[in-house]
Amino acid sequence: MSAPAHGAERLARFAVTPARRRKDTLARGAILTGTVLAVIPLLLIVYYLLLKGLGTWSVSFFTTDPTGNTFFGGSSIGGIKSAILGTVEIVALASAISIPIGVGVAVWLVEYGRASAFAKAVRFFVDVLTGVPSILFGLFVYIVLIVGTGTTYAGWKGSVALSLLMLPIVIRSAEVVLLLVPNALRESALALGAPRWRVIWSVVLPAALPGMVTGVLLAIARAAGETAPLLFTAAATLGTSFNLGGFMNSLPVQIYKDVTSPTTAVVDRAWGAALTLVVMILILNVIARVIARRSRLA
Amino acid sequence: MTPERPIPEVTDVDPESRTEQEGEAQGSAQPGAVPAARARISGQRAEPSANGDTGVQAKRGLSVKLEGLRAFYGAAEQVKGIDLEFRANEVTAIIGPSGCGKSTMIRCINRMHEEIPGAHAQGRVLLEDLDVYDPSVDVVAVRRAVGMVFQKPNPFPTMSVFDNVAAGLRLTSRRRGDLRAKVEAALRGAGLWEEVAERLDEPGAGLSGGQQQRLCIARSLAVNPEVILMDEPCSALDPVATLKIEELIDELKQRVTIVIVTHNMQQAARVADRTAFMLDGLLVEVGPTKEIFTKPGDPRTEEYVTGKFG
Repeated sequence: MSAPAHGAERLARFAVTPARRRKDTLARGAILTGTVLAVIPLLLIVYYLLLKGLGTWSVSFFTTDPTGNTFFGGSSIGGIKSAILGTVEIVALASAISIPIGVGVAVWLVEYGRASAFAKAVRFFVDVLTGVPSILFGLFVYIVLIVGTGTTYAGWKGSVALSLLMLPIVIRSAEVVLLLVPNALRESALALGAPRWRVIWSVVLPAALPGMVTGVLLAIARAAGETAPLLFTAAATLGTSFNLGGFMNSLPVQIYKDVTSPTTAVVDRAWGAALTLVVMILILNVIARVIARRSRLA
Repeated sequence: MTPERPIPEVTDVDPESRTEQEGEAQGSAQPGAVPAARARISGQRAEPSANGDTGVQAKRGLSVKLEGLRAFYGAAEQVKGIDLEFRANEVTAIIGPSGCGKSTMIRCINRMHEEIPGAHAQGRVLLEDLDVYDPSVDVVAVRRAVGMVFQKPNPFPTMSVFDNVAAGLRLTSRRRGDLRAKVEAALRGAGLWEEVAERLDEPGAGLSGGQQQRLCIARSLAVNPEVILMDEPCSALDPVATLKIEELIDELKQRVTIVIVTHNMQQAARVADRTAFMLDGLLVEVGPTKEIFTKPGDPRTEEYVTGKFG
């Protein structure tokens, strides 16, 4: 503060230059443009789904099976009850297969395998599995469980295909959450003289649970929307079935079949079914987020 | 809080006969903890019910002796050959600059060191006369006998106050007897009962830092250790909470042997019977605390305790 001129000189160093300001504006503009471009197709999808799908919704749409009558239009074509229930059944069995195995693998990787050569190999193959196109899982199950056994399509075979698809997602998300559990927790439990399996079961897993639920629900949402693995494993059918050993309808397959129909009413039913699927997955995602918010770790 | 005050209502037998009973239950007529400890640690996982039946109880601590202890992280040697004895029912403070291997050394005593990937230890750690690194020794049993309190209070976040203390008993499958009484006894032992009696069902993580640390002490007391290792237990706490922990340490040494790592030399002077000074993975000297701080035998100790380095 001794010499005012000197003080101003020192402050000039901190002034924002016009060039700096231009660069900033440019960079911000570019990022914003990218964001808007990314959101546009998303909004369009939701818009068309609501526009075309909502009109088909009615009570009978959800409570009747498709009739197979695709030439006369109107309500005689039936609803999507069998597809909704089929999706729920197939995905439930797929979850029952993939969640215990996937969580088990993740626990082994984090708590036991760590940096061992085998653990690294497992991680590598899980990553490869994540990138496998879903139709390959369908093809695999088709060759092994249908051609290989000389039998035909069945709901449970679709579940197996979906569980293969879910497995890498469950493993990777559970592994990330388990790694987030502070080591101090494991150490304090081990230092109490607890055996390792008790530490994992009573301390690590409860702490990781909310985060793992999120990952599992995302895997379920992903599987629920897959058509390819079901197309030649569970097939498509008309009636509602509670027998996973037989043919079973599902929403994605129903949509796939309906959009190829020449009848407008049937194509419209595909829109209605697609909207139903999106709403079901949205509900799952909301549940996942609510649980994640309650979590201290995720 | 007088150190000699009787252990709370839940204790139905006086401390002396309790110790005797335990000795018998462990297959030895000798009172005192040595044979009992031997039986507990040498692979006998399925313990008789004598231990952990009544929660916290008065008993004698065990002595711990390090013989040529070396500890490694991969190829890096962090503890470079230490011979040191921690006497039973005494508080021994370990002081020394950061990175000198204090924490690593005490983590070898309950074999927590080996939990770090790539870490291993050499030499002997004798609990009375039993080498905890002997291949026949069950590491889980060692950790039940040698409890640990960490630098940062780390109650289990998913558990209530009550469950945190009970965790030690539940996780080690020693739920027999009155769990509530054991939890109360452990909380009283940690001087926390009065503060949390009304909020046992609240999350343990909701307590203040000092209370959390005493909760962690209660948790380790609940499994009836004979030795408690404390790794800078007060470094995350304010002075008032620190004072409470120090009072507690003074009280606890009636029933356990305590090894405390500290950066705070006043703390070492206040709580420790004996103090060991470490430098660069080696023991420089050990002796009665007063001696270490007033007339240390080694010039490096003097420089450290007078604040010339470290």
